[in-house]
Amino acid sequence: MGKQTRRDFLKVSAALGGTVAGLSALSPKEAKAADMKNLSEDRMGVLVDTTVCIGCRRCEWMCKKTHGYDAGDIETYSDEEVFNKMRRPHNEGYTVVNRYDNPDQPYHPINVKVQCMHCDQPACVSACIVGAFSKKEDGSVIWDTGMCIGCRYCMVACPFQIPTFEYDKAIEPDIRKCDFCHERTAEGLLPGCVEICPVEALTYGKRRDLIAIAEKRMELYPDRYINKIYGHTEVGGTSWMYMASRDFHEFDFPKLKNNPAPGVSESIQHGIFAYFVPPIALYALLGGIMWVSKNKEKKHGEDE
Amino acid sequence: MEHNLQPIPVKHKYFTPGVIFIAIIAAIGMTFLLGRFLFGLGAVTNLDNFYPWGIWIGLDVAAGVALAAGGFTTAALGHIWHRDKYEVLVRPALLTALLGYTFVAFGVFTDIGRWYYIWHPLIMWNGNSALFEVGICVMFYLTVLYIEFLPMVTERFMGKVNLPGFLKAFNKIVDKILHVLDRTLNKVMWIFIIAGVVLSCLHQSSLGTLMIIAGEKMHPLWQTPVLPLLFLLSAFSVGFPMVIMESLTASKSFGMKPEKEVLTSLSRFVGPLLGVYLAAKLGDMFIRESFVYLAEINTASIMFTVEMVIGVIIPLRMFLSPAVRENTTGLYIASMLVIFGVLLNRFNNFVIAYDPPYTDASYFPSVGEIFVTLGFVALEILLYRAFVMIFPIISQPVKGAIQKAKYAIKGA
Ligand code: SF4
Ligand code: SF4
Ligand code: SF4
Repeated sequence: MGKQTRRDFLKVSAALGGTVAGLSALSPKEAKAADMKNLSEDRMGVLVDTTVCIGCRRCEWMCKKTHGYDAGDIETYSDEEVFNKMRRPHNEGYTVVNRYDNPDQPYHPINVKVQCMHCDQPACVSACIVGAFSKKEDGSVIWDTGMCIGCRYCMVACPFQIPTFEYDKAIEPDIRKCDFCHERTAEGLLPGCVEICPVEALTYGKRRDLIAIAEKRMELYPDRYINKIYGHTEVGGTSWMYMASRDFHEFDFPKLKNNPAPGVSESIQHGIFAYFVPPIALYALLGGIMWVSKNKEKKHGEDE
Repeated sequence: MEHNLQPIPVKHKYFTPGVIFIAIIAAIGMTFLLGRFLFGLGAVTNLDNFYPWGIWIGLDVAAGVALAAGGFTTAALGHIWHRDKYEVLVRPALLTALLGYTFVAFGVFTDIGRWYYIWHPLIMWNGNSALFEVGICVMFYLTVLYIEFLPMVTERFMGKVNLPGFLKAFNKIVDKILHVLDRTLNKVMWIFIIAGVVLSCLHQSSLGTLMIIAGEKMHPLWQTPVLPLLFLLSAFSVGFPMVIMESLTASKSFGMKPEKEVLTSLSRFVGPLLGVYLAAKLGDMFIRESFVYLAEINTASIMFTVEMVIGVIIPLRMFLSPAVRENTTGLYIASMLVIFGVLLNRFNNFVIAYDPPYTDASYFPSVGEIFVTLGFVALEILLYRAFVMIFPIISQPVKGAIQKAKYAIKGA
């Protein structure tokens, strides 16, 4: 009896494990995650040309101003002290500019503006437990603060480590990040940072046009740029894209693959739950075992 | 007359020096918890924009869910496979799962910034989110656990309802309700028992899906698409060791004879289950060739090695040895190692493996975070003790009693 028990148990455990294993093994390629068809062909984006940016940080000032934060005096932004430390977007400043040495031209350091990339298949949208995040037709990735429960899973998920959280608030702490100024663009205005940039380091336009512009620039000035648009294909493509004179990894851009960030997790998720078939099948299987083992037990009892 | 085992409330003094110590820990933890709700997450925790999740998610929630696995594995063995001799273990395991999940819920409640919106996922669905899946399943399973616990309430109070003061008038009606409950529960319990196991399998594995979306931010020693399977298998293998550990601890604490024979018999399952887990883990490691990271000596590789050697391989060897299984101390140590292994695995997955591209300093839990976690564990122990003294949970020898399987499925 003892042996029998164990064998049965293992057999079924193996079957269970096998089912789940089979589901988990679904390759991300087979089951494409968030489908592309929701994405508008005409979605907008911004091309950031780091070879043009002079590090004046006016975009930082304007971003704060458009979002109603205390932006302070614009003159103070020319203070270059801040470049001594690498900074990240924070609750009251959705964008920051960091400065990097340029070994080729020591007097022209490289300035890199950082903000949400507005991914085409955003991890934050896929992750959010209540669906507070959404990708809009215009390319922006925005979120509904009223739905948010403050679980911070979006922060765990974002490959660019963008969303921030108000840890110092006991009530109504918010998730914050660049919202692509979607309220301004809806009125036909440019995003705040793009509007104020004095050297046109930022170009706002249809994403596909931006790619064409970037390719043209790389072709015309092969000495000025490396042959890569960061964000073109990373994590399935982003609305904000970058050009640079040196390898992007020198400027702390994360090394990312081209498959969409939510891809694997969503296909597993959908595998385990495919039309509720696996859970129901498991339920039926267990029900069957329960019934059979009950009868066996009875017969066993009678035999003795 | 023969001595038969029957679950009855334990008669024992509640407070002992040990219990008082635990109560003090609980009180300190709750003080920090109050601070969190009054002044925000930032005031009590070391969490920041670099490390959004700390030990409250990694231990209180993730490890908590895993360690409550004794509930569904024992229920499956006792009620679905109908191994009646394990019946004596089902109730304590159920109670642990019930308390465990209740505290997982508290853990989530404590960690989320807008705790008063904890009900949002019930009406705002995002089926793509692994967290949504875990959340919903845990809510349902918690409900199922409370339903499964009801028979112990009816059994305890049926025919003995004695409300104080003016509530006396309700005695009859409450008793009536209990009787009706008792009868219906007996007929429908099988639905909930199976549902409990299914829900557990689902969310135990989805818990593994959670960190997959972190992609490159997670150390390759742990980041793998088969995480859901690994989580499920490790939950399977930690279930019985938890039951064994608790049973031995409870009998020690109440000065009762350990149910050694049943536990030894139960422990036979642990070795093979751990073996399957180890095989899956090693297989994954070789397929992904992640073992190369073990050659670098750093926190990740050390933690991984400790997790595997002390938490899996040594207890696996112990559980395969009959001498260990026959010996109470051996069983206890081996079980503790498995528990430690799974605890560390969840901690590693959620805290150690998470390596954000931009950081200023690495995360280490604050005193407040640690005390809240310890406080929850302490409260859980205190409640467990109270519950087994009030309800018929632990089986004890009773003269001439006939063991009655409460969940015996009639007409199945
Ligand atoms: S960069 Fe992060 S926050 Fe922005 S859209 Fe992508 S995943 Fe979401
Ligand atoms: S913190 Fe808010 S926005 Fe982010 S995943 Fe959680 S509920 Fe969604
Ligand atoms: S698009 Fe708007 S929100 Fe985003 S960085 Fe520019 S100004 Fe700030």
